[in-house]
Amino acid sequence: MTHVAIADQEEETHHHPTSFVAKYVWSQDHKVIAVQYSIIAIFVGVVALILSGFMRLQLGFPDTFSCINPNTYLQFMTMHGMIMVIYLLTALLLGGFGNYLIPLMVGTRDMVFPYLNMLSVWFYFVSVLVLLASFFVSGGPTGAGWTLYPPQTILPGTPGNEWGIILMIASLAIFIVAFTMGGLNYVTTILQARTHGMTLMRMPLTLWGIFIASMMGLLAFPALLVSAIMMALDLLAGTSFFMPTLVSLGDSVDHEGGSPLLFQHLFWFFGHPEVYIVALPAFGMVSDVLATHARKNIFGYRMMVWALVIIGALSFAVWAHHMFVSGMNLIFGFFFATTTLIIAVPTAIKVYNWVLTLWQGNIKLTPPMLFAIGFVFTFTHGGLSGLFLGNVIVDVPLADTYFVVAHFHMVMGVSTVMVLFAAIYHWYPLVTGRMLHEGMARLHFWMTFLGAYAVFLPMHYLGFLGVPRRYFAMGDTAFMPESAHTLNASISIFALVLMLIQTVFIFNLIWSLKRGPKAGHNPWGATSLEWQTPQVPPGHGNWGDKLPVVHRWAYDFSVPNAKEDCIPQNVPKGADETHHDGSGEHSEGKTV
Amino acid sequence: MIIVIALVLLVLGTVLFHIFSPWTFTPLASNWVAIDSTINVTIWITGIVFILVNLFMAYAIYRFRYRKDRRAEYEPENKKLEVWLTGITAVGIVALLTPGLIAWADFVEAPEEADTFEVVGKQWHWMYRFPGEDGELGQTHPRFVSKDNPFGMDPDDPAGQDDILVFSNILHLPVDQSFKVLMRSMDVLHNFAVPEFRAKMDMVPGMVTHMWFEPTRTGNFEVVCMQLCGMGHHAMRGRVVVQEQEAFDQWLAGQPTFAETQAADHRGDPERGEQLYATCAGCHGNEGEGNADMNAPKVSGLDHEYLVRQLRYYKEGIRGDHEDDTYGQQMAGMMGVLDDQEAIVDVVAYMNTLPDSSAPTTIEGDPERGKSYYESCKHCHGAQAEGNYFTKAPRLAGQHDWYLVRQIENFREGVRGSHDSDQYGPQMKLFAQRVQSERAVRDLVAYINSLEPDTDSE
Amino acid sequence: MNIFQKLTEKPWEPSSDAMAAAVATGPTSQIDARKLMLNIFLAIVSVLFLLIFATFITHSQYPGFESLAGEPWKPFADTTNLWLNTLWLTLSSVAMHTGLVKARRGISGHALIAMVLAIFFAVQFVLAQLWLWRDLSGMGYTLPSNPANSYFYLMTGVHALHLIGGLVVVLRSTFLLWRGGALERIQNSLKLCATYWHYLLGLWLVLFFLLTRSPETYRAIAIACGLG
Repeated sequence: MTHVAIADQEEETHHHPTSFVAKYVWSQDHKVIAVQYSIIAIFVGVVALILSGFMRLQLGFPDTFSCINPNTYLQFMTMHGMIMVIYLLTALLLGGFGNYLIPLMVGTRDMVFPYLNMLSVWFYFVSVLVLLASFFVSGGPTGAGWTLYPPQTILPGTPGNEWGIILMIASLAIFIVAFTMGGLNYVTTILQARTHGMTLMRMPLTLWGIFIASMMGLLAFPALLVSAIMMALDLLAGTSFFMPTLVSLGDSVDHEGGSPLLFQHLFWFFGHPEVYIVALPAFGMVSDVLATHARKNIFGYRMMVWALVIIGALSFAVWAHHMFVSGMNLIFGFFFATTTLIIAVPTAIKVYNWVLTLWQGNIKLTPPMLFAIGFVFTFTHGGLSGLFLGNVIVDVPLADTYFVVAHFHMVMGVSTVMVLFAAIYHWYPLVTGRMLHEGMARLHFWMTFLGAYAVFLPMHYLGFLGVPRRYFAMGDTAFMPESAHTLNASISIFALVLMLIQTVFIFNLIWSLKRGPKAGHNPWGATSLEWQTPQVPPGHGNWGDKLPVVHRWAYDFSVPNAKEDCIPQNVPKGADETHHDGSGEHSEGKTV
Repeated sequence: MIIVIALVLLVLGTVLFHIFSPWTFTPLASNWVAIDSTINVTIWITGIVFILVNLFMAYAIYRFRYRKDRRAEYEPENKKLEVWLTGITAVGIVALLTPGLIAWADFVEAPEEADTFEVVGKQWHWMYRFPGEDGELGQTHPRFVSKDNPFGMDPDDPAGQDDILVFSNILHLPVDQSFKVLMRSMDVLHNFAVPEFRAKMDMVPGMVTHMWFEPTRTGNFEVVCMQLCGMGHHAMRGRVVVQEQEAFDQWLAGQPTFAETQAADHRGDPERGEQLYATCAGCHGNEGEGNADMNAPKVSGLDHEYLVRQLRYYKEGIRGDHEDDTYGQQMAGMMGVLDDQEAIVDVVAYMNTLPDSSAPTTIEGDPERGKSYYESCKHCHGAQAEGNYFTKAPRLAGQHDWYLVRQIENFREGVRGSHDSDQYGPQMKLFAQRVQSERAVRDLVAYINSLEPDTDSE
Repeated sequence: MNIFQKLTEKPWEPSSDAMAAAVATGPTSQIDARKLMLNIFLAIVSVLFLLIFATFITHSQYPGFESLAGEPWKPFADTTNLWLNTLWLTLSSVAMHTGLVKARRGISGHALIAMVLAIFFAVQFVLAQLWLWRDLSGMGYTLPSNPANSYFYLMTGVHALHLIGGLVVVLRSTFLLWRGGALERIQNSLKLCATYWHYLLGLWLVLFFLLTRSPETYRAIAIACGLG
């Protein structure tokens, strides 16, 4: 191995940009790119949130608002799902937080390929523009559901079956290119640019989460690309990859021999890992937030790392649990139910370890900590409801009902967003140099946490009842008592309140930029490298003249006999600390 | 500390909500007790984990809240504890999976004694097919689908000739008889689901999927489509009537075989129909053009199947039964003229020979606004309101506009389409509820007035 | 240290030789990073093609799938054209390797000639593939006419796109070579290009193999892969 430090070598060519455009628009600085990613993602996320507001209005108060009809409902639903999963969560967690934190946490000056990184964010921007453009073409955006299942996606009878779907496919393809450029950077940077002393097992869990998720993203997105290409060919060139012979609204369609199930396999081969692409960075970040604010090392660090790796690997072998009632060979149910429930074990271990991190800690209930606790609660709920759906026979009555909607919103929506908020409250001081307003933060937490639970807990029970998802209106349904409609209305009211309260958060983000209290250096007393830069916020090149050297793991909180209750990673081992041997025997019996 | 109280209350609230929620599984109506018992096991196990984890977390937050003079413990890991926790979790998982997979093994293979029937899904309704005397379903292919052969039966397959076709989304089944359900889709993905039966399965164009169940109690059960199938997904409903064997046999005997539907007399005898029509002409006009003064709609230019269905509804009290449906009641009163199904078919055959002409416009409205409402109608009724046999939607263009207004209002208010045995009425009800104001209805009808489909194509 | 040892390290324990750890880790050169990135990229491309292969084999078992070989009248019963195209790509690969070897020895002139040849052969290959497409369409084997044809166009098309994308990078390296930049940098750049080129050649051979099998072979593969 040649040990010419990349960053040192780059120093000559990496000159400081001066003009506004070079600094904030065509910037190659990972921190600026991260902020660009975040702003675009949050903007498009707000759009998706508003769309869900329209859907809830229709569901809670059917046929009261004439702007929502069966077509627009499906379009809003599709765009809401697609934006939230891909353009908000994936982009914000990896493009935003990944970009910002990776170079700082591994102790380097920038991503390994800054130019590629810049291209990544601009491709992402274009993909968002193309996606939003579909609102303005004839027929509007596609209304095929975020799963885009053929044949209906490209047939009349589904809104946006002409231009909407083309733009959707194009946008996804561009996004995949953007993600691949970013992902290659994240993975390479973590593997090749770690500073001296930073062994793999000394990395904070945030890095591990981002690393495994990026790796999975790189290997899973090709499946989406393949299915998008094939669907585009079916649509534009008349091929029959996914299209069998069929009669659409009375007209024979000129296709023969394709299989819609093939698409579903491809889609979920991407789609299921995608769930973990979103979840793993969140797992990582919440671990660091919990440890820092509980002033305690993360419990069972090695187990946490192995669990991430195992979840990442296993998630490629569970995809067909989304297809238990899809008409695929029923025998597959045995295999996929088993793998799915096996994945529950490492996931459960992570939950135990988060809770055990709190045990014997010294817990500061700061806003990030509150959100982290909110995460553990909602994730436990969402994870456990996943055990219903993963167990193939239980999935049969629950598939495609509101139970599924409630489950994935709890686990991917609420709990992941809880982590996003925790992370934003935690790292905002680093990015901007100022703290967010605490009063607003607490108000935001309470309304979000309780509101979200009030929205999604009852939804599970609509699913038990058998209420199907993706219905524009329920009308008179024999098995739905009148009270279920009232429940729907109350869910809608909670959802709207939940939505409105997010304006407090957005306002806080902007208000605190100028007026928030100055954060100073390392306000939370964190140990990981990103808080140890000479300047706060970190300047161009992050580290001044010399790269930091790492001497310890990222969780030296409350080390016995140490003077401070946290020892940053770049502090050399001192004589005053007794080295804890950390073996199981020592602390046995004290826990639980 | 509020967070501790909040966590405890949330756990408590969740448990109470679960216990007292009136919204839970519908009473089981099939053999799938195993599904319900696996769900119960799952609820117990996950419930206990949920309570323990979160109460433990609340306690930890309470006990180890921040104090300036205290320091957290330093405990990187605890192998023994972690191994124990992993082990217990694994046991829990096995406890969930075992009953699940055993039940699944049962689900995968239909029993020997199961009878067979077929569900056909298409945008946006259901049809059913039973094997005839030979006990075998005939071959089908989408390329055979036509107005006279909506099931796409292979006309040359002898096995298909005696297949019993149910041109309705209402299915009857005998109680305590297991069925293997073969499932087929004409166009896009659908999912045949009856919550009370628990079993459900997607239908995929290009292949035949299957599942099995045994209805265990009589009653009426709603069928819903559970796989997004386009704009009308939410309106794709049906009904299963589970009844005693004799009643079922009687019902089945009333359904035509494929061979019967292909016979010439299935389309009716217009000459006999002409005589019968003499009575109708008083109100509906000699050429079936309708008459506003008599509140009689135009009956020319309408689809055969649609007219037969409506007349049958009048005859059987499915339409014109509602107390607010004054004109419907009048029409129902006239049905004495048509003695039986044959008479209905004959008179419709005659109506189909009448020349089609557009009714005069009487409604003023804003067609531009109406167009936006019509967006939801066009998939079934056609972009030019020409009607579509495939979606069972009648032609609207050329109909008297005052009649359209009245019918939209009737559907919306539940005056029409509310009867249990009305097949497509509930569907129209869902869509008519979209046009709430009088103005909206007028705008919509004004737009339909402005459409001029090619009169030759139906 | 192998990966297993790395992942079982107890990071909180005092490392016996902290200095050794600090030396053993640390950022590596940009060259290593590029190499790693290329390898990951090749893994991504492999996944992409593996997925296409999987769907192709699955699809080959559906009724109505008419493979392009297996009977004397099928277009790929005679594979002369395909062998010719293989020759172009092989020559391109060999030329690029030669270019790399020459550049390593510091003979820039020869390296430049080899690289230009490599580009020429690669372009030949793409043109020959286009010719093949034209031939097949002319014979009625058009893109939508049968899933087997669709897969043929899809796979060769995606392969060609990767080749064209690679050409952009190769052109850039060749330009650097011609202009006479820092030799070490050019060598590394050529090394990466050559790796990519050999990979594409290998990929093409797999495609060649897969596209010219008989229905029976597809059946066998499908059964072997559990897709049948």
